[in-house]
Amino acid sequence: MLLTRKAEFSASHVCANPAWSAEQNQAVYGNNANPNGHGHNYVLEVTLAGDPDPVTGMVFDLRELKEILNREVVDPMDHRFLNKEIPPFDRVIPTTENIALEIWKRIEPVIARKGVKLHNVRLYETADLYVDYGGPQ
Amino acid sequence: MTLTSRYRFSASHRLDTAALTPEENRRLYGKCNNPHGHGHDYVLEITVDGPVDRDGQVVNREAMNTLIRGRVLARLDHKNLNVDLPQFAHTVATTENLATLVRETLAEHWTLPARLARVRISETGRNSFELEVPKA
Repeated sequence: MLLTRKAEFSASHVCANPAWSAEQNQAVYGNNANPNGHGHNYVLEVTLAGDPDPVTGMVFDLRELKEILNREVVDPMDHRFLNKEIPPFDRVIPTTENIALEIWKRIEPVIARKGVKLHNVRLYETADLYVDYGGPQ
Repeated sequence: MTLTSRYRFSASHRLDTAALTPEENRRLYGKCNNPHGHGHDYVLEITVDGPVDRDGQVVNREAMNTLIRGRVLARLDHKNLNVDLPQFAHTVATTENLATLVRETLAEHWTLPARLARVRISETGRNSFELEVPKA
């Protein structure tokens, strides 16, 4: 069975490669390359896969999942400038793809320790753009 | 990793097939058979699949938007599907057939390094049609 929990955080970022000219960055990242940054209301959907526990009837304790998402993602990233404040985004360009990869890296081991499989991380940058990541192939 | 981008277009259509009698068409398609046609604000979702490249992207957003706008939205937005699209001269302009047309059009003109993985069209907020594109 799949279980999905949603979390939200608002943050600013710049998508630009410091080794490139402004024109190159504009060509690859468009508006996202504005050096002063801009922000989004990110929406995160984390999906776990597992069988409901025979005693509790739950795949995973939702309160605990909420605490994990808050501790690993929302508390550190909400109302932050990702490039300036949240490693590794001082050197990794915080595209939606790279933020999703980082979220996977942060939460997967914590959930795996509880014996449950992280199935998918979906990250909406806007209502009209999102990525899905299901782990290394 | 997959990336999904959502687009919008508005178009009119009429559901009617020459294979059925006018009475049968009325019964099958109901309001959608109105001879004057009617319209929707369609929502199109395109999903691409591929590795994250060294720029940190599955796909260049601008390249994707240019392709979808040029090849799909320009042909569909503010059009009468039955009249303006030759494909619907003899095929019913259902959203199922429209999704197939979008997939075929994109497959023919695909220029992106990431793979086209899914086409989904919502005709209204209450129905949608989804086509997975199998891996080659």
